[in-house]
Formats: sequence, C-alpha cells, structure tokens
Amino acid sequence: MFRMSVIVAGMALALAGSAEAQTPRKGGTIRMTAPYGSSFTSLDIHTTQRAQDEIYAKALHRSLYTWDSAEGKPVPELAKEVVVSGGGLVQTFKLRDDAYFHNGRKMTADDIIWTFNRIMDGTKAYPGARYVRIIEGAAAVEKGQAKEISGLKKIDDFTLEMKLTEKVDPGFYFFTALTSIYPADEGAKDSFIQHPIGLGPFKFVEHVPGSRIVLERWDKFYKPGKPYADKVVVSIMGEAAARDVAFRNKEIDTSVLGPAQYVAYQADPNLKGTIVEVAEVFTRYMGMNPAFKPFSDKRVRQAINYAIDSDLIINKLVKNKAYRATSWLPLTSPAYDKTMKPYPYDPAKAKQLLTEAGYPQGFEFEWTTSQNESWGLPIVSAVIPMLDKVGIKVKVKQVETAVLAEVVRTGDYQAFIYSQQSGPDPLAALKCFHSSTPQPACNYMNFRNPDFDKILDEAGQTDDTAKRNQLLQKANAFLYEEAPVWFFNYNKAVMAVQPWLHGIQQNPTELTHQNTEELWVDDTSPAK
Amino acid sequence: MLSFLIRRLLQTIPTVLAVVLLVFVLFSVVPGSIASTISDDVDPQVELRLKQQLGLNDPIYVRFGNYIGKLAIGDFGTSFRTREPVTSMIAKRAWPTLQLIFTAMAFSVLLGVPLGFVAALRPGGLVDSAAMIVAVTGLSIAKFWLGLVIMYVFALKLGWLPSFGYGDGGLKHLLLPALTLGVSPMALFARTTRAAVLEIMTADFVRTARSKGMSETRVVKWHVMRNALVIILTTVGLQFGGLMGQAVVVEKLFSWPGIGSLLVDSVLQRDIPAVQGSILVVVLAFLAINLLVDLLYGVIDPRIRYA
Repeated sequence: MFRMSVIVAGMALALAGSAEAQTPRKGGTIRMTAPYGSSFTSLDIHTTQRAQDEIYAKALHRSLYTWDSAEGKPVPELAKEVVVSGGGLVQTFKLRDDAYFHNGRKMTADDIIWTFNRIMDGTKAYPGARYVRIIEGAAAVEKGQAKEISGLKKIDDFTLEMKLTEKVDPGFYFFTALTSIYPADEGAKDSFIQHPIGLGPFKFVEHVPGSRIVLERWDKFYKPGKPYADKVVVSIMGEAAARDVAFRNKEIDTSVLGPAQYVAYQADPNLKGTIVEVAEVFTRYMGMNPAFKPFSDKRVRQAINYAIDSDLIINKLVKNKAYRATSWLPLTSPAYDKTMKPYPYDPAKAKQLLTEAGYPQGFEFEWTTSQNESWGLPIVSAVIPMLDKVGIKVKVKQVETAVLAEVVRTGDYQAFIYSQQSGPDPLAALKCFHSSTPQPACNYMNFRNPDFDKILDEAGQTDDTAKRNQLLQKANAFLYEEAPVWFFNYNKAVMAVQPWLHGIQQNPTELTHQNTEELWVDDTSPAK
Repeated sequence: MLSFLIRRLLQTIPTVLAVVLLVFVLFSVVPGSIASTISDDVDPQVELRLKQQLGLNDPIYVRFGNYIGKLAIGDFGTSFRTREPVTSMIAKRAWPTLQLIFTAMAFSVLLGVPLGFVAALRPGGLVDSAAMIVAVTGLSIAKFWLGLVIMYVFALKLGWLPSFGYGDGGLKHLLLPALTLGVSPMALFARTTRAAVLEIMTADFVRTARSKGMSETRVVKWHVMRNALVIILTTVGLQFGGLMGQAVVVEKLFSWPGIGSLLVDSVLQRDIPAVQGSILVVVLAFLAINLLVDLLYGVIDPRIRYA
C-alpha cells in the first residue's frame, strides 16, 4: 500500500514538475472525453448528479467553493473571504466583485440566494438539495412550508450570510456542480436549458446531444490570464475500445482506462508515460443486512472479511486498478489511518468465528449484484468459491445498476455489492453509519450503534482539526471492528493524458473533473 | 390508391396501440422508481409529491388512459431525466439516425444487389463463390467487433477518416458508422437477390422470352430484373426496421447522436417517458417504411392493384 502511495505521489510530482517547467501556452483546443455513458443528461446541471455531466460543468459553471486537488480540500471560489461566527454555525461570505456571468452581468449575492432557493424547490427534486439542506430553513422550502431559505441573508451585493443547521465545513457541501450558481434573471427562463449561462472559464457554444459539447474561452473570467485554451470540446465516448482507438489516433487528449486497458497501456512503452492515476473517494464493498439473522452477528460479518482473499481478486481480476480497503475511509481521506491493516485472508479464523457464532456448517444468503466489471458479477463469481470453502453458500441475484440503487435504498436485500462515495469529507462519509441517518439517505446497511454515534458526534462538535481527525480515525476503526460490510477496495481512477496536455489535477473526488482553466496544450497538440 | 392508403393507415392503429400498451405495461412493472432516476437522496415527502404530480400513484389503467390521451395530441410526456419534453429530445436525434440509416441502406443496396445479380448470372463461378463468402461473412460478423476493426483500419492505420463523433454532420464522420451498419444488410441483399434472380431465370416467362429470340440483355433487363425487384424491395423494407434496432450498437460505438443512443440511455436510467417515446417513434418509422414499400409494389409491377 505504501509503495503504491509513493508511486502515486511520485507521478504527481513528475506531472507537476513537467507542467511547471514550461510556461503555459495560450490558445488551442482541449479535447476531453466523457466516458460514463452515451449522453449528457441535461444542460441544466442542477438536475443531474451524474459524474458524466460534471465534466463539462466544471468548464461552464462555478460554485461557491471548488476542489483544490493540490491542497486536498475544498477552497472558496466565488468568495474572497469567509468569516465564521456563531459557534461555527454562521458563515459570512465576502463575495468576488469581479465574477461575470457569460451574459456579461456581474454576480451578486442575489444570484446565490436565487440559486439555492431554486435547488430547494420540492416540486422539482433537484439532487443538490441534499447539500443545500445544511442551510437553516432550506428543508422548509423543500417541503413547501416556506418560500425562501431563512438562513440566507444578503448583507449587501457582495456580502452573504449563511446560517447552518450543523457545524460543518460548507466547502464540502458547495463545491460540486450540483450547486452551481446561476444568473437569477436568465436561469428562470425556459431558454436557459438550451443555452446555459455560467460563471466558469468557458462559455457555451454548442451541444450535439449524444455526441459532444463545445465551449469557448470566456474573456471576462475572474482569474487573470486564465483560461489558457481557446476552446474545450467534451466528446461523449462510452465505449472503452473506441476511446482507445481515438486516443492512439491522437483525436482526443484524455481517456479513462478500464482494467484491461490499464494493463495494456502499462505494457506499451509508448503509452506508459500517459497514465495518470489517483485513489478516488469511492469504497467498494459488500453490504450485509443486519435484519438477516446470520448477519446480525458481528462475528459472521468479520468471518466474511477473513474468508475472502481480497488481494487476489484485486490483483488478478481488477488488474490492480484498485487499492485494498482497510475500512471505510479511502486512502486520500484526511482522516485515513496509514497504520491500519486490512483484514488478512484467513479461512481458518473465518471458520472459527462462524463456529463461535453458531454456524459451524455455514449458511446460505442471497447476494444482489449488478454486472459492473469492477464491483459486480465478476467479483461475486470470484468470491463464491472462497466463501464456499468456509461453508457459506451464495445465491446470486443479478439486477441492473438502476435497480440495484433502488434495492440498496429500500433495504430489500440480504447482501449487495456496491461502490459508494466515501469522501472527500470524512465526517459526512462516516455519518452514513450514524443512527440518525435514514437508510434511503446513505445508511444502506441500517447501521445503528450508540457508541459509534457518540464518537462521531464528538468529532462533529470539536473545532480542533487534529482532534477531529483523531476521532474520525477512531470511528473508522470502530467500523473495521464492527464490519457492517466486506471492505473490498478503493477505486483507483486511471486516465491516459496526451503528452501535450498540461495542468492535469489529480482530483480524488473524480479524476475526470478538471478545473479547465488550469489546463493548457503545447504546440505539439494536433489541435493547437 | 387513396382508399388503399387510408385502409392501411387504419390497420396500423391496432399495431401502434399494442406496442404502446406493451411498452407501458412493461416499464410500469419493472423495479425502480423515479427517485432512483433523479437522485439517490430524495426527501421521502418530496418523492411522494413528485409521484402525485406525475400521476404515478394512480392505478395503471388511469395512467395508461392519460398517456394515450396525451399521445393523441402529440405529447410524449416529459423526461424524468432531463426535464425536457420527450418530443423535443427525439426531434434532436431523428436527423442523425435517418442520415445513418439511409446512408447504410444506400451502401448496402448499391453494393449488395449488383453483387447478387452478378453472382446469379454465373452460378457456381468464381464471382458467385466470392460473393457468397462475402455475404455469409457479412451476415455473421458482430457489429461491435466489425465497427472496431473498421475504426482501426480506416482511422488509425490509414488515417483517412475520423474514428468517432458527429463532426458537422457531413460524410467524413458518417462513412465509418454507415459502413459498419451497412455490411450486414448488404450481405443479405446479395443473397436475396441471387436467390430471386436464380429462381426467375428458370421461370416460364423467361424461357418464352428467350425462345422468341430476345437478347439476353433484354431478358435480364425487362423480365428478370423487374420481377426480382419486388422481392428485393420487400427485403429492403424489412431491413429498415432491422437497421433502426442495430443502429443502437453503432451509434454508441461511434458516439453518433441518434435515437438509438437516446433509447439505451433512457433504458439504463429508467427514464420511462423517453423510452416509451423512442420505441414508439421507431415503430412508427418501421410501419411508415413498410407502407411506402407496399405503395412502391404497384409502381414496379403494374399487375399489383390496390383493391
């Protein structure tokens, strides 16, 4: 694990080094790919939570915060200064006075208030509501009990006061495109969905549904000298093999690699140098339903963790395009405990635990899975003989990914295999196991433990970052011990980047989400 | 002719209704809800309100009735996913799909029919054997694999054409997906034409024409070709429907922005109004083309009357 981290860090430095060594060149076209399906959902980014859509949205829109990959945390983007008061519950944003929408109008506090009220419109169910709910009075708007969010107050055009319901870092809530700031006057028009207007470094030019989005440089972008490129084209390319041909043919600048291509690119001396990888904040796991009798016993859940040779699966099946999971929080989490060791492969120990739990002959359970190559049926198929070795029989129930999401939300399973966001905010990630979190929200295993709640509550209350991280590590270790899931792996996102494209950020929240104003192409690019 | 057209149009109504009913019922019983389409963290109260707004809590027969009522005025509903009218989503995708299918069809007819003809004129000869090897191979190759091979050869190795995308909608970007889509019908047309021509060549009226001293060229042109065209036209009509289905794979592979890729996305994301609308448009296109083929029969063979 340590070696892998060193490799990743080394690559990061190498990339950063080479980018710094050259002066960013103005001009050219950045040709990115959107690899997760064959269409963008909508040009109204508030309506969609798909990673695919945020790829173009990072160029077109801006939120109150942005993710700083170098710092590993969200940083204010539309605010020059944030003052915290009221015991951490009141945030006062001194907004930028140089941020212009693509229609030439200056952004003010009214636009932010209008945007957040829109997101909380309960008749529309915008997915970003989950984040805005943290503002006092937002839930009332969502439920139709109020017209405006009471916790948002305009002090003047460029000062906004935000009252929160909990003491959290709002950066983790307001950095994704789901909370992009819209221009209040334009955003309300029907035409907005055909021609979106944002605050980002590139403005909208064209959308060919199912094929591409084209954006061009916004000259009034608030960061001096940026963006570097004239144009960004995001092409939809859901098929990995087609992406591979296009990348080798120099038609695209970035391509996300699957396990098979990862191996092929590593073996090819011409392509090896194009690989960029990062541990993303997604944990892959098998969730166990405590309402199913055997899984209500901690020893059984632990036995399953001991019975599965996770390293073997990651190595042989996932082609090392993943990092072994120790507990819930991923490698790039600020609260990740580097000293923690994963459950070792120990069938004898598993058998012993099963005997102690009253299942010496094992038992049978139904495992619901999708066909996903990295966390679906192929993995389940590999695990079945390992569990069989300790007497546990598996009955596979295969469903589509959309159905699996529904199964997981409703708790209609004995066990399921899934990939869940486990960051970047460690507190929010662990809160999914808090008793107060309803199952459909993200407490999919319906985990309830007062001792765990106590640790997490304490972490939420403390202002001392070091102490908070210590408590979060304790909570993470608690989960390891309780083993509500089989801790499988953390996703390793791998992207091939053409040598002429510079400024790629190793974003652990999603590698394809790039702050495009930092990217530039040198004169060896075919689209210079 | 007009009464035939009206009668045929009326006959399509039960077919369309049956398809609408089937798709509606199918997507009403599959697992998954609007909540999983929109977000994985929807407030239960909001979800309930949304279902009420969309009429999803009504009994299935009420929902079906409402759906049919809207369809009658050309309203395919609003997409769960994009919040756009489904008609406008389909309208944006219709032209690229038509471009793709018509180009693939033109390629397959222009190559497949002459190939079958030449093969049938010298049965068992070198051209016949070669043509049939091409035909069987074309029919057997999976579209996805063929598309990748075509991409590899024409884009990566030869550098003649772009490997993906829509570009400005011109031929440069259209050729490779159309070629991929057209190989299989081309093979089928070659085989069908060969079989039809071989059969007609031994027919009594052909023998009579030859015995009257008509030149072989005139026999082929006036008797064989005309009669074979009826069979070929039937196959072409049926293949249009097939191509609309097969376009799904090709559109996805080449990032071509057609109805096929819209349908796949909508199915995967449980966007029921968009699925229903897309399927309905494909079915209507299929019926329209077959109606056109029926009308063309009379032009090719004046003996066919629209009684």
